[in-house]
Amino acid sequence: MTAAHDHDHDHDDHDHDHDDHSHPHAPVEDHDTVTEFHLLEQALRELLIEAGVFSAADVQRQIEKQESRTPAMGSRIVAKAWTDPVFREKLLSDPKPAITQLGIDVANTPALQVLENGSGVHHVVVCTLCSCYPRMILGIPPAWYKSREYRARVVREPRVVLEEFGVSLPADTEIRVVDSTADLRYLVIPERPSGTDHLGEDALAEIISRDSMIGTGLVTPGR
Amino acid sequence: MFTDGMLVRVLDHAIFGHCRTPVYLKGKVGEVVSEAGAWRNPETLAYHKPGLPLRRLYRVRFRQADLWDDYPFPRDTLEADLYEHWLAPADDAAMGDRQ
Repeated sequence: MTAAHDHDHDHDDHDHDHDDHSHPHAPVEDHDTVTEFHLLEQALRELLIEAGVFSAADVQRQIEKQESRTPAMGSRIVAKAWTDPVFREKLLSDPKPAITQLGIDVANTPALQVLENGSGVHHVVVCTLCSCYPRMILGIPPAWYKSREYRARVVREPRVVLEEFGVSLPADTEIRVVDSTADLRYLVIPERPSGTDHLGEDALAEIISRDSMIGTGLVTPGR
Repeated sequence: MFTDGMLVRVLDHAIFGHCRTPVYLKGKVGEVVSEAGAWRNPETLAYHKPGLPLRRLYRVRFRQADLWDDYPFPRDTLEADLYEHWLAPADDAAMGDRQ
């Protein structure tokens, strides 16, 4: 990217309902349907490359960077928080420096807020307005996260939706739906299951699922 | 400026164009959880304007029973991030509603 390009960040926050153009490079396979969004993206990209704003190689590097991020990063963060109280405290109060300490690059990505499940509160994250997601630590969101059905229903009937994900919670647990409507992205620290005291950080990271960090799953020891 | 714990009402404005206040929260009363910094205003930023002045963003918590008719679980809540210009101090009547 050139210095003149003042949006030289990770494109993590560019997920405002235009995720359809998931292949901003020459398609390897023909798409069954080429939508107007595909054409618009292609035209815009070619113009920007022609104008020297960025190169095709820059685009490719960004795609590779995006795709290199996976939920395994989130699992490492959560496992560390479960096993290191000092880290947990830092993560909850100021997430990015704590995450950077683990060697995960979250510079130039949207602001992050960490929520902790347990003590009678269960958080579940949604973006009703588009598809905001903590891509910098969980990677590309699952298709259902972006679906209108999930976005519309989880705010209105979260317990029904959670049941469909296999998550049953007692009536006296406070379900706290978190609608990431603006500049913050949210990561959930799931509750550490009992019977995992003997597991170390790496073994714990293995059992921490993506959905548990969105709040649509629970961590089970025998995953 | 709002402080943590303050009750606020989401303004029920109609707006043309990009906006980050969901319709289902308009007119509803919630409690400020925390301030989350000051940001460029997405309503003008979306149209290639600088988005200035910066707007304070607040995390606001609502009771689900206040948002949906016949919501059956009184403890359940919902949080959203709302900009200062969409919030007003909740009046006494609104506080009465929450008793």
